Amino acid sequence: MRGEGHAVCLGTDIDTDLIIAGRYLRTKDRSVWAGHVFEDLDPGLAPRLRGAVIMAGKNFGCGSSREQAVVALKEAGVVAVAAPSFARIFYRNAVNIGLPVLVCEAGCKEDEMVRFDLEEGWIKAGGERRPVAPLSARMRAILAAGGLVAYLSGGRE
Amino acid sequence: MNTLSEEILGAPAGSYVDRPVDRAYVHDGTGVLARAAWEEIGTGRFTDPDRKYLIFDHIVPANTSVTADLQHELRAFARRTGMQFHDVGSGVCHQVMAEGRALPGEVIVGADSHTCTLGAFGAFATGVGATDMAGIWATGETWFLVPETTGVLFEGELSGGAEAKDVALAVVGALGMDGATYRALEFAGEGAASLSIADRLTLCNMAVETGAKTGMFRSDAVTRAYLASFGLDTPLQPGGTQRYSAEISIDLSAQEPLLALPPRVDTVCPVAEKEGLSVDQVFLGTCTGGRYQDLERFAAIVRGKTVAVRTVVVPASRAVLLRAAATGVLSDLVEAGCAVATPGCGPCLGAHMGVIGEGEVCLSTANRNFRNRMGVGGEIYLASPSTAAATALAGAICSPEGCQ
Repeated sequence: MRGEGHAVCLGTDIDTDLIIAGRYLRTKDRSVWAGHVFEDLDPGLAPRLRGAVIMAGKNFGCGSSREQAVVALKEAGVVAVAAPSFARIFYRNAVNIGLPVLVCEAGCKEDEMVRFDLEEGWIKAGGERRPVAPLSARMRAILAAGGLVAYLSGGRE
Repeated sequence: MNTLSEEILGAPAGSYVDRPVDRAYVHDGTGVLARAAWEEIGTGRFTDPDRKYLIFDHIVPANTSVTADLQHELRAFARRTGMQFHDVGSGVCHQVMAEGRALPGEVIVGADSHTCTLGAFGAFATGVGATDMAGIWATGETWFLVPETTGVLFEGELSGGAEAKDVALAVVGALGMDGATYRALEFAGEGAASLSIADRLTLCNMAVETGAKTGMFRSDAVTRAYLASFGLDTPLQPGGTQRYSAEISIDLSAQEPLLALPPRVDTVCPVAEKEGLSVDQVFLGTCTGGRYQDLERFAAIVRGKTVAVRTVVVPASRAVLLRAAATGVLSDLVEAGCAVATPGCGPCLGAHMGVIGEGEVCLSTANRNFRNRMGVGGEIYLASPSTAAATALAGAICSPEGCQ
């Protein structure tokens, strides 16, 4: 899976409450989550996420199991999230929802174009190509199908 | 000797395995999305409904017509699938499961990050998201990466004002918020036997705050006695000499009351360092600190006195509330001026019933103090039930060992 987008740089330990606050969860309207994504971190961030690759610090997505955190990012137009490490439930949710997550040690320059190839296992940022840790075969298959729902409804049980 | 995760999942750390799930649960929050994803999968297959649970706990009773409509839809879904349904007032999902619905050696998955709580019984219990749960409903199984294990080795026994919650904060402080990411914590050492099931539930609950997939105790005589009270026979899980890929040691006898300072769970200091800091609300409850033992400890300190600051008490389950009513603990709390609310998560996730205002400070027995979690612009300090009680009486942060 290849992709590219402009870099949006974030810090370490971004928790799921910061990605989408608990007060916005009670709805089935996904656009609500996209509209409030990162609101408590930086209210100006949401409109900049369309076509973005989030370049975060370690432990991105820690905290709650709320899948709305991934859905909010995807609905807001985020192409992928790159970080040295992810909280495991967020990481698993991202694959299940079909949002590429890249485990890598890449620096971040705001707004520069970032390219990645998850199959080949690299990310290019700051003029430098760096390795991305491989996903398991199952996670690759789920992501390639577009998420777990598509993976399971494709006939496999 | 294998780690407990390796024994239960039947493969060495680092392997990917597919495993049938023994029990799986969702709550009113994650259930909505899980149901939508399950409908979308479209096979119509819902496996083992008698081992699947829907437990209403996040916003109970419903606070708005939107929440009420979502809960109404979920009730109908539970009826249609035949899954085990626990309506408003039952309690926090992890606590309801801990009351005779989790056994040693089982693989338990919940659509809530604190599912690791049930590792207290020697189960492999871990949290997933809603879509993962939909897949588990449809297929009855899921995949796991067998985790490496960090051993948390206890020596001695708790004494004085320190409680399991203080130990949990010490563990999170020692490992940091990502110190055990993708790993399991196995609580062991000779001091482990001295910890009650309530203590173990609190310790396993906060394992996820270190990034861990689960926290676990091997089942022993304490586990057996607890589960026997629910008429359950308990397989024992003798440990022998364990080899963990990382270890920390904690002397329970030297443990002191601790606080986690806002907005990080791993910024931990002795309560004594913040004594006198004024608080606006004390919150006793949640899957970390709302068990009977917690209410009893709190009541022992406030009994016959009056709290100096608004204090919200939310029993973790109906069984906890009933027991507190039967023993007089409930009367003690109400007479001391506490506001007692319906069993459930309460204000922990900032959705209703005790949310704090901008600039307000809450001392809470919960497991998270992230920015804006319990209300925009508020600050949350995490502490044990006894510290919460001493603080409620003083109206300011106070150690249970000091300023009563």
